[in-house]
Amino acid sequence: MINSVLAAGVEGSNPTLNISIFAVFVLITLVIVFRASRSTRTTTDFYTAGRAFTGPQNGIALSGDYLSAASFLGIAGAIAIYGYDGFLYSIGFLVAWLVALLLVAELLRNTGRFTMADVLSFRMKQGPVRTAAAISTLAVSLFYLLAQMNGAGGLVALLLGVTSAAGQAVVVAVVGVIMLIYVLVGGMKGTTWVQIIKAVLLILGAFVMTVWVLGRYGFNLSTLLGDAVAHGGKTGEALLGPGKQYGATSTSQLDFLSLGLALVLGTAGLPHVLMRFYTVPSAKEARRSVVWAIVLIGIFYLFTLVLGYGAGALVGPETINAAPGKVNSAAPLLALALGGPVLLGLIAAVAFATILAVVAGLTITASASFAHDIYVNVIKKGDRESATSEVKVARWAAVVIGLVAIIGGIATNGQNVAFLVALAFAIAAAANLPTILYSLFWKRFTTTGSLWSIYGGVVITIGLIIFSPVVSGEKTSIFPGAHFDWFPLSNPGLVSIPLSFLLGYLGTVLGKDKADEDKYAEMEVRSLTGANAEKASSPATS
Amino acid sequence: MGTTEDSAAAPTPAATDWKQVQASPEFTELRRRLRGFVFPMAGLFLAWYLLYVLLADYAHGFMSTKLFGNITVGLVFGLLQFVSTFVITGLYVRFANRVVDPAADQIRHEIEGDSQ
Repeated sequence: MINSVLAAGVEGSNPTLNISIFAVFVLITLVIVFRASRSTRTTTDFYTAGRAFTGPQNGIALSGDYLSAASFLGIAGAIAIYGYDGFLYSIGFLVAWLVALLLVAELLRNTGRFTMADVLSFRMKQGPVRTAAAISTLAVSLFYLLAQMNGAGGLVALLLGVTSAAGQAVVVAVVGVIMLIYVLVGGMKGTTWVQIIKAVLLILGAFVMTVWVLGRYGFNLSTLLGDAVAHGGKTGEALLGPGKQYGATSTSQLDFLSLGLALVLGTAGLPHVLMRFYTVPSAKEARRSVVWAIVLIGIFYLFTLVLGYGAGALVGPETINAAPGKVNSAAPLLALALGGPVLLGLIAAVAFATILAVVAGLTITASASFAHDIYVNVIKKGDRESATSEVKVARWAAVVIGLVAIIGGIATNGQNVAFLVALAFAIAAAANLPTILYSLFWKRFTTTGSLWSIYGGVVITIGLIIFSPVVSGEKTSIFPGAHFDWFPLSNPGLVSIPLSFLLGYLGTVLGKDKADEDKYAEMEVRSLTGANAEKASSPATS
Repeated sequence: MGTTEDSAAAPTPAATDWKQVQASPEFTELRRRLRGFVFPMAGLFLAWYLLYVLLADYAHGFMSTKLFGNITVGLVFGLLQFVSTFVITGLYVRFANRVVDPAADQIRHEIEGDSQ
């Protein structure tokens, strides 16, 4: 079963077909990106596509940004192998959007211009708070980016049969370069269109497979579950209830609780999600975009539930675990079982497209934060002249970030860095969300409070990860031989999120500085009413 | 709208007395109603989600109970999280369209009208 031949990843896969379908996707998106570049001139165009996308368009793009390869391949695979516990992830990922809808999206759209730091520093001392917010943005984006690029290496082994380290390095580099073309040429407009196309393909592909699987079982979910149990071996029955992955010990149970907290509070603090709210003309459109995102993401996760159990039933956990890529191969193997090499090729291409679109979104966010927050507002202290060179700096920042992502993706190739996604969510939940909520809703919140909660969140989260079983102490750790794993949980959210809220409070109460009441009045009125909010620039002509 | 200015901010904020608007009855009423909706609702869905996570984490037997066929309590509970998310989304949109938008638009027009 295990292939010694280089040219077959998943058995029955046709690499030439997979690459051809993917090449068509890249070609079409590149044409669109070059067309988009014609109307990308100003800073607002580059960062926010002139704020001219509609709510539904941005909602589809948000789901494209959010549904990474990890949530497609990873969740479907986790359900196939662990059953119910895989489903738990998707619920956290979905419910999290209510935080964005109710508390963050519209208020952020009304007060900021380009980045998360715009809102956090609105009524604080610009230099220190912007720097802190930019550091947090870069940390979240880079960790997330690294996980995606690393995933690209694994995915080619799985789908194209490229198993040599050099071959995978070339693929990671190609992914990085195409992504950079999207960002540099198309700016936010091009990147958004790539995400829209990818989201439509991904959701359509998952829909077709879901109907196909259900059709095999007479559209009876219970029969499908029964068949998954029958193919699940001795512990098959456990697929239907929770506990197969996280129920082993009391530590793993706490770990799951911790993960659940980071998932639900992290989304509304992800900088690349927040930045998308600036691409629409008004708060009302920001609201509509979240509604579209919630519906699409919710439906998609219902699809993955069927796909996961479907893979368990039609492919079987043993075959999945024996395939290259293990858990991640569940959805591709299911596609193969259902529709042969052609459907597998389509799903493989969609998975690649997913990585491309997500890394492009992350790169533009990180580069915007560097250029707008650090370069223009901290180094040049908001000097008007520097605004003209802002896009140039952002483009160079994108190149550097792209190179870091390529090198990081190649260097970590073969290592399991799945924890980086959870880490990105944990930092977003601990450093960003408390600071955003305090800034928007708590009158007395000060610069000191902001700095304590941002830096506290970043440092505590990363610190706890370093001293967790992720890094040392266990067979699956990065350093299995060393032992400095005194923090038992792999997910730090349970500790870091409450601590960071507490730090924001203490910094405000204990710090010597007072809140700027005038600026708070302006921020509160603007955030709730949309007065003086950034307007959409008229398209093309400016 | 209509202007093509890009990076320059909208009308100069200096013309607006933000503290005066903030203290106005129209604005305090808007803020009261918005917070009166979103805070309890956020508390509600977070508590409901936490209850679900705790049950899935610690009540394996209960969640694995079969209701009919192979459909377990846990599966129904999970699907209810989807339902509640969609319902809360719908409720908020209706509230925002009916209550928040008209009040916010009125205050915004007063501010932006004054300073131009």
